[in-house]
Amino acid sequence: MGMSDNKKRNITRLIMIAVSTLFVAVMLVMPLFMVIINALRKGISFYLKAISTPTVISAFKVTLIATVITLIVNTFFGITASILLTRYSFRGKHILQTLLDIPFSISPVIAGLSFIMLFGRMGWAAPALNAINEMLGLNIRIVFAIPGVVLATIFVTFPFVSREIIPVLNAVGSDEEEAASLMGADIFTIFRKITFPHMKWALFYGMVLTTARALGEFGAVNALSKTRGETFTLPLEIDALYLSGSADSIVAAFAVSSVLVLCTIVILILRCIVEGKSKMNASDRDKTGKLSEGIGYVP
Amino acid sequence: MYLEMKHITKSFGDFSVSRDVNFSVEKGELAALLGPSGCGKTTILRMIAGIEHPDSGDILIGGKRVNDIPASERRIGFVFQNYALFRYMTVYDNIAFGLQVRKIPHSAVRARVNELIALTGLDGLEKRYPNELSGGQKQRVAFARAIAPEPDLLLLDEPFTAIDAKIRKELRQWLRDMIHRVGITSIFVTHDQNEAVEVADRIIVTNKGSVEQEGGASDIYRLPRTAFVSEFIGEPVIVEDFGRLKGFEKGNYERAIIRPEFVEAFKSDNEHFRDMLPFSQNGIIRDITFKGNAYELHLSVNGTELICHRSPERRAIYVGEEMNVIVYRLFAIKGNQAMLMQNKNFMEKDPDGINLEKYLYAEGGYYVE
Amino acid sequence: MKGFRLTFGITVFMSSLLVFIPLASVLVYGLRLSPIKFWELVSADNVRNAFVTSVVCSFAAAMINCFFGVILAWTLVRYDFKFKILLDGLIELPFALPTAVAGITLSKMYGNTGFPGKLLSKAGINVSYTHLGIIVALVFVGIPFVVRTVQPVLEKLDRQYEEAAFVLGAGSVTTFRRIILPEIMPAVLTGFGLAFARGVGEYGSVIYISGNSAKEKTQVVSYVIMQKLNYMDYEGATAVALLMLIISFLVLLFVNAMQIRQSRHTNEL
Repeated sequence: MGMSDNKKRNITRLIMIAVSTLFVAVMLVMPLFMVIINALRKGISFYLKAISTPTVISAFKVTLIATVITLIVNTFFGITASILLTRYSFRGKHILQTLLDIPFSISPVIAGLSFIMLFGRMGWAAPALNAINEMLGLNIRIVFAIPGVVLATIFVTFPFVSREIIPVLNAVGSDEEEAASLMGADIFTIFRKITFPHMKWALFYGMVLTTARALGEFGAVNALSKTRGETFTLPLEIDALYLSGSADSIVAAFAVSSVLVLCTIVILILRCIVEGKSKMNASDRDKTGKLSEGIGYVP
Repeated sequence: MYLEMKHITKSFGDFSVSRDVNFSVEKGELAALLGPSGCGKTTILRMIAGIEHPDSGDILIGGKRVNDIPASERRIGFVFQNYALFRYMTVYDNIAFGLQVRKIPHSAVRARVNELIALTGLDGLEKRYPNELSGGQKQRVAFARAIAPEPDLLLLDEPFTAIDAKIRKELRQWLRDMIHRVGITSIFVTHDQNEAVEVADRIIVTNKGSVEQEGGASDIYRLPRTAFVSEFIGEPVIVEDFGRLKGFEKGNYERAIIRPEFVEAFKSDNEHFRDMLPFSQNGIIRDITFKGNAYELHLSVNGTELICHRSPERRAIYVGEEMNVIVYRLFAIKGNQAMLMQNKNFMEKDPDGINLEKYLYAEGGYYVE
Repeated sequence: MKGFRLTFGITVFMSSLLVFIPLASVLVYGLRLSPIKFWELVSADNVRNAFVTSVVCSFAAAMINCFFGVILAWTLVRYDFKFKILLDGLIELPFALPTAVAGITLSKMYGNTGFPGKLLSKAGINVSYTHLGIIVALVFVGIPFVVRTVQPVLEKLDRQYEEAAFVLGAGSVTTFRRIILPEIMPAVLTGFGLAFARGVGEYGSVIYISGNSAKEKTQVVSYVIMQKLNYMDYEGATAVALLMLIISFLVLLFVNAMQIRQSRHTNEL
């Protein structure tokens, strides 16, 4: 490798960096800017008015409810499932693990369809639901109501937390827990003092991902929510504004979008911080514990 | 001189890995670059291969400066630490790779690969993938792959670390025989002094990026010239106040290195050592460790701690027992210099038969009373 | 073992209630259809066209993503440069950005009045309301899959393999083709499979830019299901969903096979 080889290597390096930067700039960053530009096209006062109409406020509330409930349910599930799948061996473990990845690989529209087929007019759980309602004198509706929105959001983000934690727990191994168990610690103490500190950054990142997806879920919710101003989430509101087609409502759609873009940016920054933290944590163990690998799309 | 390294310096950022490295290797020689982990020996090897480049200095192969010659044209074979066998290629393809990229005709490639497979005893494994091989087989493939393009110089980076201790010894012998059979000039890097002494014809001891001493394997072992080499090789015990030992004066030396084989411990009624009794001093056995072929005795002699070996065939001894101890010689250290110092009372009675004359007036001047 | 029953019980109960039972109801309903009826439903012109559109566009987008994904992963692993952390973080953008937002933005950008849509249409390239538009949207949502599967493999790839090839006299093209490519190929194919699966099921980011015209064949499968749901055609929606699930399952099998293939060479037996 003489000078010419070095030069060639430098040129390759420059080309690679240039292609990468250009791709990210054009494909990923430009849309982000376009949202902001389009949102502010009609001035600040229009912008503020657009993001505070009653339907938008209602959509904010529904989105918030769905996201918070989803976060609580999926965090609890994610921790439990990841402990089950990393600390115990049992028959059918691999099948369970694969089945849990289903929400990753199917269309969100199918998720919405599932709940319609379960609780909708045709659904086989509908009679049971009606019976309960009659018995208790309630009027609980799931399809085309907020519970349906929540269920759909839970469905599409179901494996996010566990997929982040599992590789980390696998990399850490169970030596410390076994040692603590031999010293007489009960499982809750073991979890609190040993398992949790190892998984906390992965857990946090899983929660961040869940939040991101829950805030932005569209396809699944679209199938289950039909009333604007009542059961619409922010993405559905954006959809309604955009499709109504007038120049004003399109700008309004981008204005509401810009709020979600802000969330996106916060989420990306959080990810960078978590990645750094977990890298420090993982520095003394095998690289398989790295977050970027645990990001979770690999079934 | 086949390979010459002249005033090589190299640093990575602020960290200096080679400081004025000079050494040479003769044609056909099997040399070891010996030093502790992280002393820059692998970097030296990588500079010879052309994977790294020195900041200054000359690398000469066969009298020709090769600094600006690309790795692929230096005619060098390289065996990597973990062998770096290509995981998605069979044994055959691994060995053939260096020939194929040189656009050698298929038939010639096949002939050469088959020849090497026969030579290294890999028959029947041609179609295996690296992860289907044992550690020893991997080393054979790595060796065959490195010498396939018929290089003039073979470089091996810690060739035995990836191998179980049990078969390591066997493989050392195999590699040594193989290299001598092929007759290729070779340099291998190791941090294991036993390995270097056992395998190499010539040892180059490096520390902190510079060459401490080079020479034949037995010369390096018996006559270390620097404080570092004397403390790195053998089983050294450091004794600060060696003037307390009978037959030695500390003078202006700082400390001494005493190896187990320099120390004799015997019981006072031992007939064989009757003549030596007056020159011995008392020592108490503090600890005994059984090592299989010998006992390791930890002795306390006039306030200094010494170690010596004792054959299990000799009379039984016990912790706390008093022994008569003689130290025949030691390495006295001043600054970075090590001097062989002989017990005054045994100037003529040299138990190892070392020709003292030769060393007494050797370059650097060994201390004699 | 302590804690097994508790975690097992919670995991199975929750996943059944929230995922498996709802999904099973689609399966059960779909399998109740007679094969003839099923075939009738999925071979309708608009459904068949939608499957062709989704599969072809997803395939094309996944190919493009493999190309750029490998370059991006290589750049992020092998080079140090200013703003590298920023570039690395931005890869995740398509995951974090709501698909509907991405959808309307891309549609606006590549429309006749947007940038760069205006320039492109002047040059005779129409992106919005064409298959090209669908591909652009699917490249957007799919790129992180390839980058994030290839990146860790490249990170773990020992440089010694390249050095070994280099010392043996191989040039950089040969080294890439014969040494690096086989090493990362399973990961690239995994990323391809994941990006492809995501593309076939994609809804939010595609439906605005695609135009959803039956005549232009720019409807995607997810759109067709949604359309059928809106018309209360549950039979049709289920049949299409079932076929889609089969495709997802096959892709999942393919991805698993890739991972097994990778571990065959990299793990000790």
